[in-house]
Amino acid sequence: MDTRDTPEQAELRRTARRLARELGPRTVADLDDRQRSERLVEAVRCAGWLELRQGTDDGDPLASGVEAAIIADALGDAVADVPFAGPLLAADLARRAGVRPVDGAVIAFSPDLIDAAVVSGPATDSPILAVDHAARGPVAACVLVPEGDGYHLALVETDGVRDGADLTRAIRTLPAGVPVVRVPDQSRRLTCDDLDAWAALGLALTSADLVGLMRGVLEVSVAYAQERKQYGVPIGNFQAVQHLLAEARCLIEGALSAALYPAWAVDRLAPDEARAAGRVAKAYCARAARTVCETAVQVHGGIGNTWDCIVHVYLRRALLSSRWFGDDGEQLRQLERIRLGVPYGLS
Amino acid sequence: MSSSASSSGSVWGCPTDFRDSPAEAEFRSRLRAWITEHNPGLPVSSTDDEYWARQAEWHTALYDAGFFGLSWPSRFGGHDLPAVFDVILDEELAAAGAPPRPSLGYLVQGITTHASEAVQQRFLPGLISGRERWCQGFSEPDAGSDLASLRTTATRNGDAYVIQGHKIWTSYSDLADWCFLLARTEPDVPKHKGLSAFAVPMRQHGVEQYPLRMINGITREFGQVVFDGARVPAGNMIGKPGEGWRIAMTIVSHEREPGEVGYVARYMKTVKDLEATVRAKPGAFRSDQHEAVAWAYVQAEMLRLHVRRRLSERLDGLDHGPGGSIDKLLMTWVEQTVGAAALCVAGSHAVVDGDDVALKIYLYSRAQSVMGGTSQIQKNIIATRILGLPST
Repeated sequence: MDTRDTPEQAELRRTARRLARELGPRTVADLDDRQRSERLVEAVRCAGWLELRQGTDDGDPLASGVEAAIIADALGDAVADVPFAGPLLAADLARRAGVRPVDGAVIAFSPDLIDAAVVSGPATDSPILAVDHAARGPVAACVLVPEGDGYHLALVETDGVRDGADLTRAIRTLPAGVPVVRVPDQSRRLTCDDLDAWAALGLALTSADLVGLMRGVLEVSVAYAQERKQYGVPIGNFQAVQHLLAEARCLIEGALSAALYPAWAVDRLAPDEARAAGRVAKAYCARAARTVCETAVQVHGGIGNTWDCIVHVYLRRALLSSRWFGDDGEQLRQLERIRLGVPYGLS
Repeated sequence: MSSSASSSGSVWGCPTDFRDSPAEAEFRSRLRAWITEHNPGLPVSSTDDEYWARQAEWHTALYDAGFFGLSWPSRFGGHDLPAVFDVILDEELAAAGAPPRPSLGYLVQGITTHASEAVQQRFLPGLISGRERWCQGFSEPDAGSDLASLRTTATRNGDAYVIQGHKIWTSYSDLADWCFLLARTEPDVPKHKGLSAFAVPMRQHGVEQYPLRMINGITREFGQVVFDGARVPAGNMIGKPGEGWRIAMTIVSHEREPGEVGYVARYMKTVKDLEATVRAKPGAFRSDQHEAVAWAYVQAEMLRLHVRRRLSERLDGLDHGPGGSIDKLLMTWVEQTVGAAALCVAGSHAVVDGDDVALKIYLYSRAQSVMGGTSQIQKNIIATRILGLPST
């Protein structure tokens, strides 16, 4: 048992943080700097990070969930406006199905953002959501088509536009009636185990994103508390402010400890165990992130409630990462079902 | 296990590993078999004086079987194992519903870090084996969070020091053979500089016990001792004269670490019991009770994983820094979440029956944000020493 980073992982952590901080937005205005965001997208592509969960010749992913979570953490830390978890999760599911990943594709989700969208007929029968795809241009999204006791992958496309709450990652609604095209040459049907393991990765990546963005927003808030003066001294001198920030610091440490486990478990434990580990992490990280981001807004005072202050960019990103694959409420309901035998939906 | 990425196929090298190594797995299975045979079935430590009356027995049983003092030096009775073995101990004790390991690692850290070889040889074997019982005499009625203002004096008299003063929160002092005492040896220097630490024999004239009853009714935990002319040989000084404050800081930094005190086993056991209660008849409980138990599970699981991470970090070397304050707050939140969940699940029983165990667990949990340094003090330490905000 040794949960430390290997030297390679530590190096990856440093590289990813440096790159994300260098090219990520530092101000709200930076979000409109297209040249910067395109450089960031290009840098992530060149680093090979989107391919981490593609298969090697023997079908194993190129890198474990731990490396993927390290990148997710770094991108959250910098509120980096670049697709990562979306394409990575699509590549992971394609690997499990034994097909080549469709370039630029993401997975479509049910309207509650919890599960991959399932479509039975020749076209979508209700609106579904593409999450964390390229900001511009048409979007391809994979859906699950039931087949025998498993699922086949199929593609849907859209060029519709819709802005979500998160200003750093795109969400688009695919309306009912969009044609569904089966992905050719799928060598194996996706089983429930495949989907559990895949969802465990989704929970691990969204939890890691939350850990990163909590760290980032705390750093911004501590810097602000050292600089903003009232009563002639920096507000960070006051214990009332210090204690809010100290609590946030603790929540981040707990969240990191909880989030590391599913990132490891996704490749090492049975799928249902990995997903349960992901549920624990997500429940903890979602609640912690809400508190930490709200603390950040509070410490920034009136300015924290203005559009041009960056803290709401973190809070908004936290709202999507929390909700994606199920928020704390959803995870607790599922843990009640699994551990206490409470029928899902009863409470 | 359908998916198993081989580390050899990874381009990034060997991954983080939460699994037991072969040596850890062997230890775990040996430990599990032993606990099955030897679980004393004591009540939860925080709820019943019987636990404390029989804790020495449990300590020596664990020690004699080779399951205590795992990461401490073998020449003093430890096993020289990496600290992560303590996580295995905590997990297995919790899984079996056995009592947690005795929490005295912080005293061991204080002695191994600061004491002379002679003092280590004299005291560590008895402390670790449980054959000699210890308490900790730091706080005083007028020196709580402001510990350095303590007034107990140790005055040199020939080959001994004479102790005069009043100590409080000296847990289990009425069962102790020794007290790790912090006293003022130099009254005329700044308050942090005039303190020294001693191993004071407790079974002598001049040591009077006045235990306090906790809000949950137990009487053993909150000790209170008046030293009135008690004597301690000068050779029992721990560290150098005037080094007391540094020693105290080493001790409290570890007293704040869940990996050092092993409380996670106690929380996991309570959560496990709560889960069993609800699982037996889920429909008999309301949705807020279901959620309270699920959230308590999430919190306890977080702490278990946090201890794994912290004890793994010890493979890089031991750190006496302010990080313990973060861990202390996390541990406190877990204990109080678990305590509140116990109260929630107990419903009206906890109000109708003053002896209800859930009531006692809940009431005891309120002390966690005070003992070992209040949560307010931990937050001050985190803000100033970790976040770099100004001291006030």
